[in-house]
Amino acid sequence: MAEQKPSTAIEAVESGLAAQGYIASRQIATAVYLSQQIEKPILVEGPAGVGKTELAKAIAAWRGMKMIRLQCYEGLDEAKALYEWKYAKQLLYTQILKDKLGEVLGGAQTLHAALGQLHDFGDVFFSKEFVEPRPLLQALEQPGGCVLLIDEIDKSDAEFESLLLEILSDFQVTIPELGTVSAITPPTVILTSNSERDLGDALKRRCLHLHIGFPEQRLEERIVESRVPGISQTLRRQMVGFIHEIRSLDLKKLPSVSETIDWARVLVLLQASELDTEIVKDTLNVLLKYEADIEAAQPQITTFIAKAARSNVFG
Amino acid sequence: MRENIHRFFRAARGAGVHVSPAESIDAMRAVAQVGVSDRAILRDTLLLTLAKSQDEKLALGDCFDLFFSQPEPRQDQSEPDNADAQPDADASSPFGATSEAGEGQPPDGLGPLAQMLLSQDRNAVAAAIASASGAASLSDIRYSTQRGIFSSRILDAMGLQRLRDDLDELTTTNPALTERLRDALDALRETVRDTVSQGLALYAREEAENLRNEILRNAPLARIERRQVAEMRALIRQIARRLRERYSKPRKRQRRGHLDVRRTIRRNAAWGSVPFLTAWKRKHRDRPRIVAICDVSGSVAQVSDFFLLLIHSLHEVVDDVHSFAFSSHLIEVSEILEKKSPEEAMAEIMSKVGFGSSDYGSSLVDFEKEFMSTLTPQTTVIVLGDARSNNLDPRADILRRISERSKRLVWLNPEGRLAWGFGDSEMPRYATFCTVVRQCATAQQLERAVSDIVATYQ
Repeated sequence: MAEQKPSTAIEAVESGLAAQGYIASRQIATAVYLSQQIEKPILVEGPAGVGKTELAKAIAAWRGMKMIRLQCYEGLDEAKALYEWKYAKQLLYTQILKDKLGEVLGGAQTLHAALGQLHDFGDVFFSKEFVEPRPLLQALEQPGGCVLLIDEIDKSDAEFESLLLEILSDFQVTIPELGTVSAITPPTVILTSNSERDLGDALKRRCLHLHIGFPEQRLEERIVESRVPGISQTLRRQMVGFIHEIRSLDLKKLPSVSETIDWARVLVLLQASELDTEIVKDTLNVLLKYEADIEAAQPQITTFIAKAARSNVFG
Repeated sequence: MRENIHRFFRAARGAGVHVSPAESIDAMRAVAQVGVSDRAILRDTLLLTLAKSQDEKLALGDCFDLFFSQPEPRQDQSEPDNADAQPDADASSPFGATSEAGEGQPPDGLGPLAQMLLSQDRNAVAAAIASASGAASLSDIRYSTQRGIFSSRILDAMGLQRLRDDLDELTTTNPALTERLRDALDALRETVRDTVSQGLALYAREEAENLRNEILRNAPLARIERRQVAEMRALIRQIARRLRERYSKPRKRQRRGHLDVRRTIRRNAAWGSVPFLTAWKRKHRDRPRIVAICDVSGSVAQVSDFFLLLIHSLHEVVDDVHSFAFSSHLIEVSEILEKKSPEEAMAEIMSKVGFGSSDYGSSLVDFEKEFMSTLTPQTTVIVLGDARSNNLDPRADILRRISERSKRLVWLNPEGRLAWGFGDSEMPRYATFCTVVRQCATAQQLERAVSDIVATYQ
């Protein structure tokens, strides 16, 4: 029935993200489109600095929605992620209401009757009034929907994953004292992971699994083009080619897209028109973050520049 | 196409990607959104919904390419009797005229399959094979031994019987044409065989692998052939990984907990029970302490490989493991197992103490002399060995003292219960001091045993 629609819709996602400065591959755009259509979170995996977090920001900016971010770390628990009771407020209110209590219980003659009267007041202190919503609950309460970014889920404990399951599959949480809170508009959920630990199957099952690796040369050039407008085409080609050569080395930390962008900015700042050994040597620390990596790359610089220049001629 | 996607799920399972029914429902929903006309988008969609890791993505991508390189069966057009009716219309009209006319042979009187073969229309043949494999439900193929039966089923569905009749008739009337037809039939058989092999590769991988693993799991370790050793090791490593996932949860949980109301009130009694100091409930959990003593003598040489591999994985799961290996004398090997890869560690241990004739008595003496102090009331001692001491003094008294000093003493014996106590087996004498004695000859028993040991500490 809809022969043309999906592909154009996916292109629309691509251009929408591009307008926010996020150049997405077709895979990424398809994932974003699908997550919208079948209301599933996206689990984004890949090395650091390839734009996993950026993706969430770009989606939020493109759709004009609020982004709520939950940074995960070891020991994160539901009090910090979901909701907390405002203990201080509860205490304060009890103090203030102490006198009132006498009035309420005034008529009661026996302990039993007093209890009965108290009971009629219900669980005032465990009502919405005293709940402090944390990111996850906030995300559910946004009337216009939002982008919920659960960043670096692999850093959290395994127990925390289980806490997420209800939100991810049904967009709701259950607060024992209050009941179930469902999302007004299901948020777009992006989870990111650096694969520091294996995530549980239950979590993975609830998500679309998107792997963002290092981009292809062309795509990376386009990313640089959109992020660093002042850079010349020759330099762009050469530097991206050079970085692709560097990534073939066995390094502790390979330079990722964020490093590419930083380097491009530095090169523009230094007003370089093309790569030469001198300037690469001076700025290599922007690209590589370990002394050992820099040492390993040093002897290869000249050959890499030559290779990058050559691929430039043919490509 | 829906049918086709379902067949793809089965192929994906074959490629090692776990596709649960719930996942296939999700995938179908996604496919319903994007449609099937754009193959690149379809590929992305299936990869996004089904694969759960980068490895799975690669496997699934390959599987997708292999799967969709096959022509689709044309079931939707004519299902039951496609072999007689349909290729007839396809093949005879355009090609019957050209090629047959050159030979001067009337195409009438021949069956549809013969006509199609003679017309040499490769597309038509490929389509006919595809629809016939659909009719023969090639996607049900599981074992390589089924190749023959599926080939003949497909050929039958294509109308082999009619072709045979045609051939019989033609032998007398037209030998030249018969020759051509026979060659074409041979070529067809070959193509069908290839199709079936491809189907086997696509659909049967999972079953075959499961079956092989199941057999290996239950095979006695000592009787495993050389070429299976690598697979067995992979299997044990898989077991070790499972153990690790199950038992190496961070121990930090201990620190968190619920408020211990009683202790809090008691502690704050001085302030009229206003809770200035809080007390928290703790979950107490023993830290596993394990001492593993492994026989690596000649009589258990086949099995000790696996024992060592298992101890190696134990080192990964549990922090506090001391390992010892012996044949005639005993040495501590914890460090080797911790620092080196399984293969290197095993080679080094075997070269140091391996392959000798076993002397349980003197090895136990060695242990008592040097390492008795490693035992605490929390320690589980695991002995891996066949208890065959070459008729030397077994020194069961030392084992008794070991047992008294430790929490539990587990003996894992690769021999069956029937063999215990016969010949030079000292098992019955040792067994009296053991908390648990188990036969442990297959990977499965090994897994259960270790899982039990680790679980007692959880």
